[in-house]
Amino acid sequence: MASGGRRKWTNLLLVNGTLLILVILWTIPTMGLFISSWRTRLDIQSTGWWTVFPHRTWETVAILDPKELGLDSTAVMEVEGATGTFEQLRAGVEAPNGKRIQWVGNRRIGRIEVQDQVWTVNWDFTTDNYRQVLMGKDFEYKNPDGTVEVIPGDNFVGAILNSIAVAVPATVIPILIAAFAAYGFAWMNFTGRRLLFIMVVAMLVVPLQIALVPLLRDYSKLQINGTFLAIWLAHTGFGLPLAVYLLFNYIRTLPREILESAFIDGASHFTVFVRLILPLSMPALASFAIFQFLWVWNDYLVALIFLGGNPDTQVLTMRLANIVGSRGNDWHLLTAGAFVTMILPLVVFFSLQRYFVRGLLAGSVKG
Amino acid sequence: MAVDQSVKNQDGGFGAGILTWIVRLVIVVAIPVITFLGLYAGFIFLRDSAAPKWLITLVAIIWGVGGVAVLFWVFNWIVELFSDKWRDRLQPFVFVGPAVAILTWYLAFPVVRTFYISLYNRDGPQYGQFVGLANYVTVFTDRLMREAFRNNIFLWILFGVPLTVGFGLVIATLADRSKFERISKAMIFLPMAISFVGASVIWNFIYVVRPIDAPQIGLLNAIVVGLGGTPRSWPAYTAISPWNNLFLVIIVAWLQTGFAMVLFSAALKGIPDEILEAARVDGANEFQVFFRIMVPTIRGTIITVTTTIVIFTLKIFDVVWVMTGGQFGTDVIATQFYRQSFIARNAGYGSAIAIILLIAVIPVMIYNLRQFREQEAF
Repeated sequence: MASGGRRKWTNLLLVNGTLLILVILWTIPTMGLFISSWRTRLDIQSTGWWTVFPHRTWETVAILDPKELGLDSTAVMEVEGATGTFEQLRAGVEAPNGKRIQWVGNRRIGRIEVQDQVWTVNWDFTTDNYRQVLMGKDFEYKNPDGTVEVIPGDNFVGAILNSIAVAVPATVIPILIAAFAAYGFAWMNFTGRRLLFIMVVAMLVVPLQIALVPLLRDYSKLQINGTFLAIWLAHTGFGLPLAVYLLFNYIRTLPREILESAFIDGASHFTVFVRLILPLSMPALASFAIFQFLWVWNDYLVALIFLGGNPDTQVLTMRLANIVGSRGNDWHLLTAGAFVTMILPLVVFFSLQRYFVRGLLAGSVKG
Repeated sequence: MAVDQSVKNQDGGFGAGILTWIVRLVIVVAIPVITFLGLYAGFIFLRDSAAPKWLITLVAIIWGVGGVAVLFWVFNWIVELFSDKWRDRLQPFVFVGPAVAILTWYLAFPVVRTFYISLYNRDGPQYGQFVGLANYVTVFTDRLMREAFRNNIFLWILFGVPLTVGFGLVIATLADRSKFERISKAMIFLPMAISFVGASVIWNFIYVVRPIDAPQIGLLNAIVVGLGGTPRSWPAYTAISPWNNLFLVIIVAWLQTGFAMVLFSAALKGIPDEILEAARVDGANEFQVFFRIMVPTIRGTIITVTTTIVIFTLKIFDVVWVMTGGQFGTDVIATQFYRQSFIARNAGYGSAIAIILLIAVIPVMIYNLRQFREQEAF
C-alpha cells in the first residue's frame, strides 16, 4: 500500500512536472515579447529581456589606476590577487576573494575596475513603445555616447481601425448568408438542393490560392480593388463553405415541431428564420463567429492581395509585416506593435474560449 | 413586412384594386432601386471619403452588415408579393441563392478559370499564348520549385505535422490527469489567437543575433553562446540547409499544437474510465494504456487532426514570407505561388502551382463527399 502510494505520488509529480515544463516552453516566446514591449529601446537593444528577472551581475566597487600601481601591460600582471596578461584582464579575471578584476580601455590610458558580483534586476520599464506605436509620436533618444537620435514613431491607429472595419463585416456577412442558406438546405424543398449542398461540401477544402488570380482580375474590372467591399466578399467566399456546413448541421437538429407550429400560426419562412431559428442557433453562430473573426483578423495573404495596393485600407497584419521588413531592428516598435495586434484576439479568445473550442470541435477543415 | 400587410388589406372594390396594383408596382420598383442607390452611395463614400478614420470605420461596419441584411429583406419582400405557388418556388433561392452565387464566383468557378489560365504563358489567356501543359512541366523541373516541394513535403509535413500532432497528444493526455488541466490547456492553446505575422515577430525576437562579443538579446543565441557555441541567424543559416527550415517549422508547430490538443482532449474524455481501469488492474503500465488503448480508441480523431494540419501546412505562407521571404532555401509552395502570380506576374505559371495545390487536397475532398453520402442527411 505504501509503495502504491509512493508510486502514485511519483506519477503525479511526473505528470504535473512534464506539463509544467511544456507550459513554460509554450509561454516563454509570448512572454519575452510582452516583457520586452515595456522595456526602453536601449535596454531591448543591449540586454536580454530575461534580465528583468533577478540575476547576478558584476558591479564596480573600486577603480584603480594602472600607472599608480606601476603595472607593465606587456607582461603578466598581478592586481588584488588576480593574475593575467593584458588580454586576460581585458576579459576579466576572478581574484581568489571572489572579486573580478577588469581592465577597461586601452593599454595606455585604461583603468582597472574591481567588481563585485551582486543580484540585480533590470526594471527600467516604460510606456514609450506603446505611445510611439499608438500615437505615431517621434521620440528623441540619447545614445550612451551622448548623441541624440530621433526615432520616428509608427502609427497603428489607422491600421487598427481598418482591421476592425474589415473583420466585423467579414465575420457577420458570411454568417448571415450562411444562416439563410443553412435554413434553406435544412427546411425548404427545391430542385437541385442535394446537388448544391454537395458543392458546399466539396468546396470545404479547396485552397483559397486557387481563386486569387481570377478574383483579382474581376476586381480590377469592377474597380473595387483595395476597397473594404472587395475583401469582405473575399473572406465571405472563403469562409462560406465551412459556415454553411456547420450551421446546416446545427439547424437540422432543431426540433421540427417548433417550425410546424409556427407555420400553422401563419408565419412565413422569413419570420420563422428571423424570430426562431436565429435565436435558437446562437451557440453555433457564436462558435463560427469567433472562428471567422480570428481568421480574418489574423489573415495576411488575402489582405495582402486585395488591399495591398491601397495604403488607406492597410490592416494590422500588413502594417506589422511592413515594419518587420523595413525596420526589422527597431525591436521597441515591433514588440509593442505585435502586442497591439494581439490584444483584440486575446480578449475575444479568453472571454469566449468555450465557444471557440466548440467551433473547432464541430469541424475545421478550411480552404 | 408591415408594408406588405397594409397593401394587402386595402383590397377593396375594382378601382381601389387598380390603385392598389399601381401603388404596389411603384413600391416594388422603388424599394429595390432606393436600396441599391443607398448601398451604392455608401460604397462611394467608403471609397472616396476623406472623413475621419473612425467615422469611415463606423460607416463601413453599418453599411457592410446592414447592407446584406437589407438585401435579404428586400428580396424576400419582393418574393412574398407573388402568389403562394410562385412564392414557394422562389423563396428557397432567396435563402440559398446568395450563398450559392458567392460560392460559385469565389471558389467553384475560379477552379475552372485558374486551370484555364494555367494553360497559357505569363500574359494569361487574353494577351498570351496557349502553351498546353508546359507550365506543369516547369513546375516539376524548375530548381526553385523542386526546393519548395522538398521543403513543403519533407520538412514541413514530415517533420512539422508529427511534431504538432505528437505534442498535442502528449499534452492532452498529461492535462487529462492533472489538476491544472484548465489553466495549462489555456496556455498551450493561447498561440492559436495570435496571427502568423505576430508569431513571426515573436520568434524573430527569439532568433535575433548579435555579434559574439556583445550580449545576446535573442533567447536561442543566448543559450547557444552560454553553451559555448557561435551565435547565428538560425533561419537564415544556409550552412545547415535544408535544416534551417526547421526553425520556421517550429513556429507553426508552436501555434498549431493547441488546436491538436483541444481535439484530442475532447476525444480522450470520451473514452470510458472502466476500460482504462480494467487495463490497469490487469497490470498494464501507463505507457501500455496510452499506446494500446488510448491511441487506438481515438484513431479517428488522430486521422482528422492530422489531415487538417497536413492541408493547412501544405498552404503555409505567412510565416515563411514574413520571416525569410523564401530566401535562404526556405521557399514553400505557397510562397512560390505568390511570387510567381503577384510579383513576377507570371499568371500561367502561378496558376499551375495553385492547381497542384488543389490536386493535393482532392483525396480529402473525395473522402468528405463520401462521408457526407454515408450520413444521408438528405
